[in-house]
Amino acid sequence: MLPTAKTISPPSDDKRWKIVDGMMRRHGHEPFALIEVLHTVQETFGFLNDDALRYVATSLKVPYSKVYGVATFYHFFTMKPPGKHTCVVCTGTACHIKGAPMLLNAVQDAAKIKQGETTPDGNLSLLTARCLGSCGLAPAVVFDGQVAGKITTENIRRRVMEYLSAESHVKDGHAVEEHK
Amino acid sequence: MNKPGVEICTLIIENRECGGRSDQTILEVAEEYGIFIPTLCRLSGLSNIGACRMCLVEVKGSNKLMPACVTKVQEGMEVTVNSPKLAEYRKTVLELLFSERNHICSVCVTNGHCDLQALAQKLGVNHIPMPYIHPHLMVDASHPRFLADHNRCILCTRCVRVCSEVEGAHTWDLMGRGTTVKVITDLKRPWGESESCTGCGKCVQVCPTGALSEKGQAAGEMLKRRQFLPYLSMMREVGR
Amino acid sequence: MNQDDLANIAAQTKQGDSRYDHVIKVCVAAGCLSANADQVKTQLESEVKQRGLETCCKVKGVGCMGLCAAGPLVAADANEKMFQNVTPADATAILDSVVDNKPAPAAIVMDSQLDFFTQQKKIVLENSGEIDPERIEDYIAADGYEALFHVITKLKPLGVIEQITKSGLRGRGGAGFPTGLKWTTVHKAAGTQKYVICNADEGDPGAFMDRSVLESDPHRVLEGMAIAGYAVGANKGFIYCRAEYPLAVKRLRVAIRQAESSGLLGNNIGDTHFDFKIEIRLGAGAFVCGEETALIASIEGGRGTPRPRPPFPAQSGLWNAPTLINNVETFANIAPIIRRGGEWYASIGTEKSKGTKVFALAGRVNNTGLIEVPMGMTLRDIIFKLGGGIPEGRKFKAVQSGGPSGGCVPEQFLDIPVDYDSLASVGSIMGSGGMIVMDETSCMVDVAKFFMDFCMSESCGKCVPCRVGTTQMHNILERISEGRAETHDLDLLKRLTGMVKEASLCGLGQTAPNPTLTTLRYFMDEYRAHIEEGRCPAGICHPVKAEAEVGV
Repeated sequence: MLPTAKTISPPSDDKRWKIVDGMMRRHGHEPFALIEVLHTVQETFGFLNDDALRYVATSLKVPYSKVYGVATFYHFFTMKPPGKHTCVVCTGTACHIKGAPMLLNAVQDAAKIKQGETTPDGNLSLLTARCLGSCGLAPAVVFDGQVAGKITTENIRRRVMEYLSAESHVKDGHAVEEHK
Repeated sequence: MNKPGVEICTLIIENRECGGRSDQTILEVAEEYGIFIPTLCRLSGLSNIGACRMCLVEVKGSNKLMPACVTKVQEGMEVTVNSPKLAEYRKTVLELLFSERNHICSVCVTNGHCDLQALAQKLGVNHIPMPYIHPHLMVDASHPRFLADHNRCILCTRCVRVCSEVEGAHTWDLMGRGTTVKVITDLKRPWGESESCTGCGKCVQVCPTGALSEKGQAAGEMLKRRQFLPYLSMMREVGR
Repeated sequence: MNQDDLANIAAQTKQGDSRYDHVIKVCVAAGCLSANADQVKTQLESEVKQRGLETCCKVKGVGCMGLCAAGPLVAADANEKMFQNVTPADATAILDSVVDNKPAPAAIVMDSQLDFFTQQKKIVLENSGEIDPERIEDYIAADGYEALFHVITKLKPLGVIEQITKSGLRGRGGAGFPTGLKWTTVHKAAGTQKYVICNADEGDPGAFMDRSVLESDPHRVLEGMAIAGYAVGANKGFIYCRAEYPLAVKRLRVAIRQAESSGLLGNNIGDTHFDFKIEIRLGAGAFVCGEETALIASIEGGRGTPRPRPPFPAQSGLWNAPTLINNVETFANIAPIIRRGGEWYASIGTEKSKGTKVFALAGRVNNTGLIEVPMGMTLRDIIFKLGGGIPEGRKFKAVQSGGPSGGCVPEQFLDIPVDYDSLASVGSIMGSGGMIVMDETSCMVDVAKFFMDFCMSESCGKCVPCRVGTTQMHNILERISEGRAETHDLDLLKRLTGMVKEASLCGLGQTAPNPTLTTLRYFMDEYRAHIEEGRCPAGICHPVKAEAEVGV
């Protein structure tokens, strides 16, 4: 038997669960709000994990397997924490024929990661998008949420190298602080 | 007793005049008349999803092929069950399924009792004219009594449906999409760790292939016991 | 709000705008925004302030002007003066030109008399690039919500449907089903609870018509949905919009809030008994959710897998209630049809394809962007007149319409009129309006592989022909592109295309073979070059066969 919504408490005392709770309440904890709630979780925490899925499943009274099925059906949802920076290469038709595969290769070579992966130090995630609808600007890339158009391999390599080098300093800084 | 709005209709299936109720499917009426339509994802007693496309038939006046398991009969319908095209497509469906994962019958626990194998024999599939995709998938042996071999799974979702519709546990569902689709238990945890599984084993019994089996069976030893299903379809009939 | 209030708002807004000698419009749709249009706007505003021109000169953000390739775009004085590739530093020059009539630098002056602008006929896009998408008053001043008031106060539901049927409008989502007929079916369907869904899950790669309409003129879609709700007897609507379009979602949210607080959505609209509410549901990156039954499954919170039809959503859709599903562009056509009559709309276009169609022109063409043309214009006019031809003097090879469900149309068919039936006759489809131009640098095997890869990973995985068939076809195309294929692979490919087309459960699988089929039909020589000679004529693929033979 699943417990009732009232007795379920969030996976942690992180204040951000209140946002998720609010979303569920707005939909009356109805099972059909599942996708809306998953959107809220991802928007709030950056990704979905087992704790979050379990909490949402019990709160909305949706079977675990169904929640997992939904979360993995839609490519917008990710189960991995994203890197500090994200680089999304559009692989839509217009971008494809204007050289998106070469852009992708450039990043893969520069950062030594494949699409869908994050660098081991967590600095950069390389993602692809089906189509950003910015076909007039093809080939398009989204750097940290900002769409940039008419990108060349040189552009993208430079941006990626900036992310990789700049961030390692910040990381070092954190490491030093922690040691203190 | 018929529900209001349900009418008796006459139709032609494979050149035979048949009678059926308007809430029956082509497949149900055909079965009553002993006309064979191959099926795979369908199992009487569970809901029908029209996914495997084995039961596609031609309906006169429609330019689309219709899945017999979900298409309701209509007055004056003319249904063709066997045509060179349909035979070819059914064979191709089986070939695609054989090529998709790993179906080596000789070492399979359900060898000789497998719905996929039986259909292939019946429809004359004797070789697979396309490369095998052969993904390397896990075998989940974490459950004390049962075994899940994803390499044998044809994604018919009978296990998902029986678990949700009959047992009410909804332990199984599908994850991913396209080629990455797999059946999972709970949050893709090992089956043995599932919090919702009641261990009833219905999923094992309805599985058409050797994907779900009882432990301790050697090749060809796994017989599927589906005696609980006729009762279910009877109940469904009464409920109608 | 009643009809008089609406007229008052319209009059006030128009009067407010006419106070200014010059209105400078800056495109703030996603394309231009990504090229810093917002900074251009800010700079123009501060420049106006600096010069003390606030009383005679107004800077306003507007929706898409169409020519995305040359963005950011700025227009002034009823579009007589247009500027392209503008940077914030150009603000001075633009004001000099607009206010003082000094010539602007040639690099930023755009010819407003280009065929790209003059050959269009705008109905859906009539407000795009003209009004501020985040101000309901602007929309009302452009006759917005007039049609809704007319409908709910003067027409019976069947009277509305009659106009839509007369207009000959066909679904703009791709399949081209007659809209009037769909509305009639939902209207007649039994049930007290019915729904209207706007399909804004524009999944076709290379298509951005719906994004642009939602970003430039969101109220038009809301009005169309409300009229549809009245006609079919629904009091609740959903807009299923891609999460990848954050700006469109934001502007829709703003528009819904404004319409609700103005009493144009909600209960007792226009003091009548008509209630209509609209909610947004976010898609989550699944192309298959463009299919009606998959979209419904997704709104219900599940995996977006289609189910066999019948029953059609018009009879049993969202939560098993009769449901009307139309695409963004279809709804965007409704208000003008009601305002000007079905016959007016039917007078535009061809015999079987009425009205106009918005196309997203992209790829190897000079003027990439959004255009709206009457049905029946030839592909050649679209690509070479409006599109300005192929850049760098290269040669046209094919135009791909209809995205992953469409086909590649070669040069020999450039003179066919663009309508539903002509495109179908050459193996393509109208689709939602993406039009990708390819020149000799594109390899057609690679293009076929690209689309098959798309369909393979977007297949929901439910039915066998689509799930495994697209995978096998993709693998064959990959073998061909890599020079590992044999001639019998082509036979297998042809066999699978036919089977997947006919045996798949939903539209995704049924149309997935189209790009491959058309390239097989029109560009067989390229396939042969890969298989027999180990050569890619366009130099895109790197077949290894030739090298292997040298090695032997």
